[in-house]
Formats: sequence, structure tokens, C-alpha cells
Amino acid sequence: MADKRLSLVELVGELDSGMTIGIGGWGSRRKPMAAVRALLRSDLDDLTVVSYGGPDVGLLCAAGKVKKVVFPFVTLDSIPTDPHFRAARQAGAVETLEVDEGMFYLGLLAASQRVPFLPTRAGLGSDVLAHNPSLRTVTSPYPDAEELVAMPALTLDAAVVHVNRADAGGSGQILGPDPFFDELFLGAAQRRYVTTERLVATEQFASEGPLQTLCISRLLTDGVIETPGGAHFTACVPDYPRDEGFQRAYASAAGDADAWAAFRQRYLEVDEAGYQEARNQPADAHTGGSR
Amino acid sequence: MSESTDVSRAEFCAVACAEVFRGDGEVMASAFGTAPALGVRLAKLTFAPDLVLTDGDAALMVGAPALGTPPSELILESHMPYRKVFDVVWSGRRNLIMMASQIDRTGNQNISAIGDWVKPKAQLIGVRGAPGNTTNHPTSYWVPNHSTRSFVEQVDVVSGVGYERAASAGAPATRFHEIRCVVSNLGVFDFETPEHTMRLRSVHPGGSVDEIVAATGFRLTIPDEVPETRLPTPEELGLLRDVLDPQGLRDREVKP
Repeated sequence: MADKRLSLVELVGELDSGMTIGIGGWGSRRKPMAAVRALLRSDLDDLTVVSYGGPDVGLLCAAGKVKKVVFPFVTLDSIPTDPHFRAARQAGAVETLEVDEGMFYLGLLAASQRVPFLPTRAGLGSDVLAHNPSLRTVTSPYPDAEELVAMPALTLDAAVVHVNRADAGGSGQILGPDPFFDELFLGAAQRRYVTTERLVATEQFASEGPLQTLCISRLLTDGVIETPGGAHFTACVPDYPRDEGFQRAYASAAGDADAWAAFRQRYLEVDEAGYQEARNQPADAHTGGSR
Repeated sequence: MSESTDVSRAEFCAVACAEVFRGDGEVMASAFGTAPALGVRLAKLTFAPDLVLTDGDAALMVGAPALGTPPSELILESHMPYRKVFDVVWSGRRNLIMMASQIDRTGNQNISAIGDWVKPKAQLIGVRGAPGNTTNHPTSYWVPNHSTRSFVEQVDVVSGVGYERAASAGAPATRFHEIRCVVSNLGVFDFETPEHTMRLRSVHPGGSVDEIVAATGFRLTIPDEVPETRLPTPEELGLLRDVLDPQGLRDREVKP
């Protein structure tokens, strides 16, 4: 079994500006935030971000890394919208392909299965089609002759997902209740990365959870990076819930240039170890205002 | 003696939301917002006992637990991660109440953006599953703040598909399409007119037709006789107050 362990620096080193990058998780849940923070520290830009969006999208937009967002929503769950993404959209600063949640799923599935599109009723009649003329319909070749949306494959240059446990060979274990679409993000991508709360020996998986928690096979993985707390501040159950206080600080800093500069300095202009150290300090530091 | 004086506006809204599920058998019932969450539970405990409720995370749950019940106290009966949710949505075995930031005369809903789509005045959450929901199973809407800003002539971004848009997309879009009703803090609305445009179905007691017309940004169809939204039965009122929402969350969403 190949040893696929990497560092965050090595992960970013395998990516290029202009790439289309898929980010796993859903909203503010099990997002590969350590990898997102590594992208923020890099000189990569002009990215197309494909995501069931949460603070990953907001942070990358705030840092000016994003050319285009492919998304069905961007939400912080307990806060309905991400203010940094909102600001980018309202400034007209990012291109978008906004699709239905199910269309998004079919786009990843089509890319994973190496077919050009998959048909669906989702999107018919909506502005998803009206605003995105690149999306086409297809007529069933069978007697029903139904004209359906042909959701194109969302082929990714790279994808990164975050899991609870993984081994050095790149098998991943998701212990929370929903594996979301992480498997399909990896399947849709040319270069595939898994970050994990904890690297374990393969034989230890069985004591962590039942067989069906072993969602990510190493057939889908090129690199694995151990990042304890790597989904923070999003939820990574059962290891930890969302850090609501931190998320509020992230969101409220959006409206105030000084507060955002302080937040960036404290949490984003440091390496991952520095981030983890800063965020473990008392909650009053989360205002980002302390000097 | 009128019992209606004792019933809060939020309670009329919850009962109106419950009615959305009348006649449903074993379908997955999803409801966003407080009044819809209460309504779907009320329906399950009374006239629609076979409804299948979601836990708000990745499972189907037993019974109709009170709002705010800790997850550890829920009894789960099936795994329902998002990937499986789409199997249910696209099979049609679902009935849903979504919220709408804007809704228009032909039943289009918007939760994507206000203003120009390229550079919106206000970015909202995004279209989410609204396009696929509306073309695959019955969908209704809950609007807790009925005004000319929420009830508009034409929504800015068609997220959930209304009758006119579905018709223009053809039979594959209309085949499973049904906008069952719209419940607002002022009244209940449906699309039971020849052109499937919005019609006032009932006025919540304490309000008036004139008030609704003034708060609506398009021409509603108003029947000659507009009934009042029905009162909760004593059993329903007891369930709402003592079992499902003892904390009174409903009155925070819609003021009494």
C-alpha cells in the first residue's frame, strides 16, 4: 500500500492558479478548513470553487482568490448567509454558476462516471436555466420523448474533503451521520486529497466505527494530510460541534474593515499550528479586537 | 363567546400549515420555519398519522417531538443522508413547506438574490433545492412577513417554479408540479383559478381582506365570500401549547 501522507504545504504545491477546485462538506459542516486556510496563505488565485458552500467560499472570496463559484447555496447554517460571500456577490466580484442542490449532485456523479451529463427534472422552468445559457436540455430518445435538463459533468482539477479518520494509504472514515457528497467530489477530480482529524493504522478503523463508516476508499485518494481540528470552525461530529462563538466572530468581522483586518492577522496570517493555538485562547479573543 | 379571541395569530398559522398535509399518507414531510414545523407535527398527531418526519439532520424520526427536543432524545427509524434525500425528492414521495423571500402571482418563489442577478442588491442563501422540489413533488410556502416586498408582481430570481414557468417548460415540468398553497401571517392562498394565479383562500381571524390587498404587490383573485382560517380544535390547541411548543417559540416568529 502506497504511503500517501502529505503536508498542507505539499498539498498547495500540487495546485495551480486558475484551477477548478471542489471542496467537500455541506454548509458549515465538515469543511476541510485547514486546507482552505492553506489556500488563503498561498499565492494561488483565479480559482473556480465548486462547493455546497459554507465559510470555505466566504473566506476564499474575501481573500480575492476566486474567479467563479459553482454552488447551490452558501450558508453558515446557524447564520443563514455568509457575509463575505454576500459582499463579493453584491460587488459583482465573482462569476457564478448557481444550480439546484440535486443538479449539483448529478454534475459530480456524471464527472465521477465519466459521462458528459445526467438528465433531471430539476432546473426546468427556473432561472437556473434562464441565467446560465451554457446549461442545455436533452430529449429522451424513448417514446416518452421528455425534454429534461442535461446537467453537465462538474469535472474538477482537484478536490479536497475532510474526514474523521484516515490511514496513510488514503482510506477515509466518516463517523458523523452524513457522508454528504465527499466521495463524489473525489471521484470527479483529477487530483484528490483527504484531510483528517487523525491518522490511524488501518487495523484501528474497526474500533472507531462500523464498516459503513469507511466511506472513502483509497481508489479515490492521491494524498492524505493529518490536520487535527482541520474542520474548525465548522462542525465535525462526533469529534466536535460547530464553534458557534468563533463563527459569529467570523461573520460579524465582515462588516468592519478594522475587525476583519484584526481577524485576518490573528487567525489567517499564521500557519495552521498558529491558527489552532490562537483559536484555543479564551472566547473574548474571538472578537479579533485584542492587540 | 368567541374562542378566536383566545387563539394567537401564530396558532392560526400553524393550523393552516397542518392543513397542507391533510390527506397525505406515508410521505416524507419537510417543513422550514416555526409555524410549518408545528403544523407538520400537528398533522401527524391528528389527521395525517402516517407522515414520515425528518430530524433536521440525516435521519427519519419516530413521532412528533416538541420543538427544541435534544437530538439525543429523538428515536430514529431510518438513515436519510442528503444523497438519499434526492432519491425521495425525485420519487415524489415528499410534501414540503419552504420559506419564500419573494413569491409572485403565478407561484414563483425566490430565495436566491434580490435585484439584478449578476450584481444583486442582496445575495440570499441561493436556489437550494427549490427548482427540483417544485418539479418533483407538492410544494407550499410559508411567508411570516406578508408585505409588498415579499408578495411581488414578479420575483427577481425564479428559484421555486410557479405555474406559468412550469407550463412554458412543458409537460416534463408540469407532470409532477403542484404549488399547493401559501400561508402567510395574514392569510392562506392557493392557485385554484383557471389560470393558476394566486387566490385568497382564507383570512386569519382578526385581519381583513383590505389589509391583505394593501400588503400584496399584485392583483389577487378575491372570491365573493372569503372565509376565515379555521380555528384550532380544543385538542389541537392543547397539542400546540402543551406538547409541541411549550416554550412559545411560535409567538416569536409571528407576533400575537
